[in-house]
Amino acid sequence: MIERNHTQDDMMESLVEKNKKLIEDITDSYPKKVSKERKTHLVVIDPSEEQHIMADVATIPGIMTNRGCSYAGAKGVVFGPVKDILHLTHGPIGCGYYTWNTRRNLAEPEEGYNYFIKNCFSTNMQEKDVVFGGEKKLYGAIKEAYEIFKPKVIGIYATCPVGLIGDDIKAVAKRAEEELGIKVITVSCEGYKGVSQSAGHHLASNTLIMDIVGTEELEDPTQYDINIFGEYNIGGDVWLVKPLLQKIGYRVVSVFTGDSKYDDLAKAHKAKLSILMCHRSINYTNRMMEEKFGVPWLKVNYIGITSTIESLREMAKFFDDPMIYENTEKVIEEELKKIKPRLDYYRERLKGKKAILFVGGSRAHHYQDLLKDIGMETIVAGYEFAHRDDYEGRKIIPEIKEAPHHKILDTYHFERVTEPVYPKEKIEEMKSKMPDHFMNYEGMMVHMEEGSIVIDDFNHHETEELIKALKPDIFLSGIKDRYVFQKMGVPSRQIHSYDYSGPYSAFEGAVNFARDMDMAINNPIWKEVTPPWKK
Amino acid sequence: MEKIAKGESKMECNNTERKYLTVNPLKTCQPLGAVWACLGIHQCMPHSHGSQGCTSYLRMQLTRHFREFIPTTTSSFSEAQVVFGGVGNLKQAIRNILSIYKPKVIGISTTCSAETIGDDVPGTINEMRSSGEILDDVKVFTASTPSYVGSHVTGFSNMVKSAIETFAKKGSPNGKINIIPGLLSPGDLREIKRILKIMGIDAIILPDISDVLDAPMTGEIHLYQKGGTTISEIEDMGNSIATVVLGREAGIDPAESLKEMYDVPYEVLPLPIGISNVDKFIMKLSEITGKPIPSELEEERGRLVDMMLDAHAHWYNKKAAVFGDPDIVEAIVGYANDLGINVLYALTGTYSSEWEKTVKSMVPDAYVSSDSDLWYLKEQLDKKPVDMLFGNSHGKYLAKEYDLPLLRVGFPILDRANLQHFPIVGYRGTAWLVERTGNTLLDYKDAKSPEHLLELIM
Repeated sequence: MIERNHTQDDMMESLVEKNKKLIEDITDSYPKKVSKERKTHLVVIDPSEEQHIMADVATIPGIMTNRGCSYAGAKGVVFGPVKDILHLTHGPIGCGYYTWNTRRNLAEPEEGYNYFIKNCFSTNMQEKDVVFGGEKKLYGAIKEAYEIFKPKVIGIYATCPVGLIGDDIKAVAKRAEEELGIKVITVSCEGYKGVSQSAGHHLASNTLIMDIVGTEELEDPTQYDINIFGEYNIGGDVWLVKPLLQKIGYRVVSVFTGDSKYDDLAKAHKAKLSILMCHRSINYTNRMMEEKFGVPWLKVNYIGITSTIESLREMAKFFDDPMIYENTEKVIEEELKKIKPRLDYYRERLKGKKAILFVGGSRAHHYQDLLKDIGMETIVAGYEFAHRDDYEGRKIIPEIKEAPHHKILDTYHFERVTEPVYPKEKIEEMKSKMPDHFMNYEGMMVHMEEGSIVIDDFNHHETEELIKALKPDIFLSGIKDRYVFQKMGVPSRQIHSYDYSGPYSAFEGAVNFARDMDMAINNPIWKEVTPPWKK
Repeated sequence: MEKIAKGESKMECNNTERKYLTVNPLKTCQPLGAVWACLGIHQCMPHSHGSQGCTSYLRMQLTRHFREFIPTTTSSFSEAQVVFGGVGNLKQAIRNILSIYKPKVIGISTTCSAETIGDDVPGTINEMRSSGEILDDVKVFTASTPSYVGSHVTGFSNMVKSAIETFAKKGSPNGKINIIPGLLSPGDLREIKRILKIMGIDAIILPDISDVLDAPMTGEIHLYQKGGTTISEIEDMGNSIATVVLGREAGIDPAESLKEMYDVPYEVLPLPIGISNVDKFIMKLSEITGKPIPSELEEERGRLVDMMLDAHAHWYNKKAAVFGDPDIVEAIVGYANDLGINVLYALTGTYSSEWEKTVKSMVPDAYVSSDSDLWYLKEQLDKKPVDMLFGNSHGKYLAKEYDLPLLRVGFPILDRANLQHFPIVGYRGTAWLVERTGNTLLDYKDAKSPEHLLELIM
């Protein structure tokens, strides 16, 4: 804890008190039941208290939430970016349609591999299929897809009606595998399962581990093989990170799942370490891979310069190899030198600007690091679909009560099937050397400043009231609320998709991000909102 | 970044007849159209009864298209609701909407999950009214709109139909006409209202998203903007002289309801895009109301003809594919005919034999289908190529692969800003489309020209 003089302490205390009163006021204006529920989702960081937050519970009906569904988490987020799987949505047209090129998980075609992700494949279920069952149509669609596109792998994703009418998609997939001789994977990610897209992440992880990871062998393993988890290559993020890792001496076996191929995922169990970006969307797979194959994982963050450096150094600590240590420092030095003048320019223009972050299940944490690097401050941060461990750290997991919606999500545990990659002693040593990140995640809240506000499952009302009260310089969120901020005169950038920009990762990405912050905040058009004759 | 710029790939694919598989659809689901219709009703909160992903998706799509805030609430189904029924969530949602968002109107549409389990939405609303939970000053209308029936165009039509059936009344004749404008943009609606004003015609437009989805930037947010058809206007629709349906697929069913209920006759016209479609619209307005066609409009028409003549050489005899929502495809086919552009394909994903018959009669040599998708078009382009595409943003991948100019019209347009503000209806709107058509072709020509053939005079 840093020492503060008395006056600062007073000011700090007043900020905590002020913001506590603010969130009271905002939630008091709800109907009683809603108010009681919402109060458990808003916390003002106050180190003098033991603080908890409620998360991953059902959204209150009628509240304008940003949350999506299980299908969005499974097909949209986790599997969608795999470029050579033919992703077939089994259901009415809407679900497949809305996930058609609407997420910026960029992927590059590769010689000798299929490339399907610019297309939308759907069984386009009709009323008669809902009445008489959709299995015949699903089988027919798989067969046609096979005949036209010759995929090596087809992924089937279930939508709401599929589970309700009881189509057995696993049986259809099995039959197709036998008859066509291709791999057909399934995810029963009906949209009503769970309380947000988070359920879909969980279900997708189950498919990854049950049907894919460990099914192919890595022919030429090296000492420095790693996987990148929870990286979907939004705006090309992984294309900035991979070259740095390669320069240091690592080989990336697979990325889950940005710009990835099925074969990469199938071989991931042979890597020596998995680094994990988005904890929320895929930590299930890391846990299961460790159990089953003994691949340890390290929580990293390469959004932000300071955190990128920390992550690279922690990786080096894990591999504990002179060549890796040396190259890590060399890369850091080179990159810092390259970006410094440009970063300094933007830092000057952005100094002291205040941001509200509401995004995802990990990004609201990651981007705080980056904002700090460019001289900005996060005054409110919230996740859309996170669990308590994303806020409070994995240490809270044993205390999380099982909610009804968890029961429908199968949780698998495994006995080790291979020799562990490292002896137990090394794992324990790493845990003590890097307690926050090695096979652990310390959550977002511990990193936040005293007096800042944490909000789970933000909604329209709270957004509007917070903007009025706190007057942020920028609101970083998604497309659905973007124009709320804009109309209120608050600049915004989408942190789900980076609008039409990016990459924002590592060193060069930080400059891109700073450039976009400058563009959003210092845009001359803001001056024109009030007509001159009214000024 | 170089890597991002790459990314062209041609798939090795076989052409086969497809019976079960849809690839790159030309439609989306009913709930989206239903919410679109609700947004054009004054102070209406669209509510989507079912799983919350549907709402999240359609809000994303509509927000990206209009670049405006799209308020919509959801019943946020979870497993419990699909097992035990979603009525409890609906009631809770309505209570919260009333107290938090304070709308004058709630338009409830349903999604697949709610329809598959069979929730009784109108019954629940009646119950809440009798118990006094919904007071008389809040109007509610509901429609059944599962994704497995029809398309977003059907959803729009069902919601408008429900608004009429719920609210329209018989009173004394009002001397007005009704207009059901389909899925036109705010810019288009402004232009239609301008034409009506010039002609001195009083009209009720349902729905009307202008002044809702093109609200000016003022530094203030309003959950409900000043625009939108009011409930009293909808009530009055039963007293109008006639209903003009612009676009059969999105509007004929609501008009039919008005005719059945209150004997208001209707006329079905194509969307007024392209000179002959606009002529039909103006003449029909004049015929119904007895108002003469003012010289101002005749002059606008004259300027349009002048522009078409000035630029005719750039498009004449070009071959085109048109795809998108049925009503706009039909209108654009008419526009292409006016210009002398040969339409080889007219495709939509909202099935209608009536539409196919109409469009086929306009372009007898073209392939016309209302049960089609963009993969079909891709397969055909390999065999019988075209010079240009008219359609929504999803066509950009074909435009790239086959190196064709794409004129963006209809829904959705996700990759170009501001188009919603510029009308393509009426003579003035058509003039702007003409400008875009000719000059897009010239830009394309310039980009393709070797240096020695890059000419100043075109």
